[in-house]
Amino acid sequence: MYNTADAHHPEHPSGIWRWITTTNHKDIGTLYLCFSLLMFFVGGAFAMLIRAELFKPGMQLMDPLFFNEMATLHGLVMIFGAIMPAFVGLANWMIPMMVGAPDMALPRMNNWSFWILPFAFILLLSTLFMPGGAPAGGWTMYAPLMLQTGTAFPFTIFAIHLMGISSVMGAINIIATILNLRAPGMTLMKMPLFVWCWLITAYLLIAVMPVLAGAVTMELMDKYFGTSFFNAAGGGDPLLFQHVFWFFGHPEVYIMVLPAFGIISEIIPTFSRKPLFGYTSMVYAVASIAFLSFIVWAHHMFTVGMPLSADLFFMFTTMLIAVPTGVKVFNWVATMWRGALSFETPMLFAIAFVFLFTIGGFSGVMLALVPADWQYHDTYFVVAHFHYVLVTGSAFAIMGAVYYWLPKWTGHMYNETLAKWHFWLSVISVNVLYFPMHFLGLAGMNRRLPDYPVQFTDLNQIVSVGGFVFGVSQLLFVACIILCVRGGKKAEAKVWEGALGLEWTLPSPPPYHSFTEPPAANLIWAHPYQND
Amino acid sequence: MSAQAHAANHYYIPHGTHWPILGSVGLFTTAVGGALWLEGLDFGGYLCLLGIIIIFLMMFGWFGTVIRESMSGTYNAQVDRSFRWGMTFFIFSEVMFFGAFFGALFFARVFVENWLAGGSNSLFTNLLLWKGYEPAWPSNGPGHVGGSFEGMSAAGIAAINTLILLSSGVTVTIAHWGLKEGNRKKLCWFLLFTIILGFSFVGLQAHEYIHAYTEQNLTLGSGIYGTTFFMLTGFHGLHVTIGAIMLTVILLRSLKGHFTPQHHFAFEAVSWYWHFVDVVWLGLFIFVYWL
Ligand SMILES: [Cu+2]
Repeated sequence: MYNTADAHHPEHPSGIWRWITTTNHKDIGTLYLCFSLLMFFVGGAFAMLIRAELFKPGMQLMDPLFFNEMATLHGLVMIFGAIMPAFVGLANWMIPMMVGAPDMALPRMNNWSFWILPFAFILLLSTLFMPGGAPAGGWTMYAPLMLQTGTAFPFTIFAIHLMGISSVMGAINIIATILNLRAPGMTLMKMPLFVWCWLITAYLLIAVMPVLAGAVTMELMDKYFGTSFFNAAGGGDPLLFQHVFWFFGHPEVYIMVLPAFGIISEIIPTFSRKPLFGYTSMVYAVASIAFLSFIVWAHHMFTVGMPLSADLFFMFTTMLIAVPTGVKVFNWVATMWRGALSFETPMLFAIAFVFLFTIGGFSGVMLALVPADWQYHDTYFVVAHFHYVLVTGSAFAIMGAVYYWLPKWTGHMYNETLAKWHFWLSVISVNVLYFPMHFLGLAGMNRRLPDYPVQFTDLNQIVSVGGFVFGVSQLLFVACIILCVRGGKKAEAKVWEGALGLEWTLPSPPPYHSFTEPPAANLIWAHPYQND
Repeated sequence: MSAQAHAANHYYIPHGTHWPILGSVGLFTTAVGGALWLEGLDFGGYLCLLGIIIIFLMMFGWFGTVIRESMSGTYNAQVDRSFRWGMTFFIFSEVMFFGAFFGALFFARVFVENWLAGGSNSLFTNLLLWKGYEPAWPSNGPGHVGGSFEGMSAAGIAAINTLILLSSGVTVTIAHWGLKEGNRKKLCWFLLFTIILGFSFVGLQAHEYIHAYTEQNLTLGSGIYGTTFFMLTGFHGLHVTIGAIMLTVILLRSLKGHFTPQHHFAFEAVSWYWHFVDVVWLGLFIFVYWL
């Protein structure tokens, strides 16, 4: 039984008003996921323009300022509009079902967390039409370059503020749900790994989003109120911005990948028909990655002329992260070892994640080496690195998660053939797109430039072709989703034979309020996550 | 219904709500108005103000709904715990926001002054750009941005304000004791003392600011010292003001008898917030005024 605020029988308003006023975790999860898909295509369109311009040396389609605007907005939109909201959407949908709760802990605030986002992105994207154009200083918004932005400047800053408010509220809600709404008997160490990863991610979000807000507020003050945060003549330092920004920025990259770790840790056991190998070590690995993420930030700044001792400190702490990450990769592989594997689309994405994310991890270790980084810094090697981590890492995990849980959400199976086409086209084109970037970077091609010397032409054309194919392939993803929402083979409660966890005890699609009564304790014990 | 709500195994789920969308419209209006105003369009200021009014309306309506539900016994212990986790992590996010500005202060004082003067590996920074600069604090940098000024001292208003804020932490705790004893008189009187102390703090700080601008030539534009001083104390003062307003709301609710010795999360949330503001001030007193 559940009770509502002022009546026994909940009434659902219909039409757009239902979506605007909803406090339901599934509705809000759907809103987040749809919004993120939309932004994925907006950010993707910006990327296509970048790749079109870079198809040939020389200036082709746009002026350099517009190219820089595209590079900046592509980063901001993909990070804050596509990846983060997608993970929050998955958290909204899945966490209450996974911990045996009826909904999120603070459902009204949940609504607000989402409904700030469209407004924030209207602010951000409207800057494209302003005098002086959109922000063009890169998504990192370094001072003093960022202060040269035109009318767009305060709009961009306030958009960042709104996104921060939204993320912090979303994270608070997730923490309260996990800590407070777990079914009786589900101790912390019995939680599904997706829930664990999100608990730690939410903590990171609350710790660093306010720091980002502080950093951009300082820029705002410097530009309009005569403060000297980033002005050396007044005793400030432009480097201060980079320090504050990357104190946010590095944990931010884990915010965008820890939930992916959680997803992969759900998918691989299911399709290996084995419990996750090393559950406890997975939890500790995620926790140590989160801890380390606070003391590595200056590895983004090796070339700015920090004292040698700082370079060394940040090099060693950064390389330490390879240890818990290695534990995770080992455990995923060990889970598959001697499992009864089957290769449905979610599993394909998960395996691609393990391979390709690891490539991104290796190039990360290379970048962590100070002397090597002096060579790699600001080249396409860096671009290749973080796209392996964010596209074949985060985005692949999100796509895998969508295929994994779509039958649960809609009650229909997706079209496996079409989904496999989507997977194979994506995984091939994404490597055509990003792998040559390593060579471009090592050969000395700088990032964030609209033009390049002619010797880079061949590789750039391969990259661009890969990019266009990858972009177009994503239309198959949309087709799969739409077809699955509209119909398809009826999905059972337990969609996948080897699936573990409370979400599979609910019918597909699940009822409006997931668990209206705490599920019986024996249900939880029937779904062991630990080997013991 | 309310009896049902208190049963341990029942969940609370609110209906659809229109307050958040109003809040989003308010935030959006504030942001657009503020940005236009910063870009030199006067009507942007009015738009910004309108946005803030909308946000206040939203808070009024939203908190009003929550208070009504709380009073009618809709919330069980689980909801109470969710609120507590929510407030705890909200305060944590505020701590991190202040952390960014404290970080700026430490960075400027510990590293930047030294580097501008040629320390560490910055010899040429000094030789080529700021020759002859000596590290100092208070400092407005090698360019003497904002002209010479007089720094703040820990004696005087800062010391009085420390005393005020620390005692307000005590009075709010006594008010809490009064609430738990069911002694409404004690609760209300000590809440009133806390509010008076809070607003006196803000008043004295305003006096200090006016003095700084008119007598000490210390402004927001006085290099890194003026920057960090006004940003840190300014954001803190804003938080004291918000806290004092929240305490006032709590006082009005106490007078109306909204709280019981067992059930008074709103009071506790505001007192946590007040203690947080108190602790931040101690950091300010030590690192901004004293050292
Ligand atoms: Cu990093």
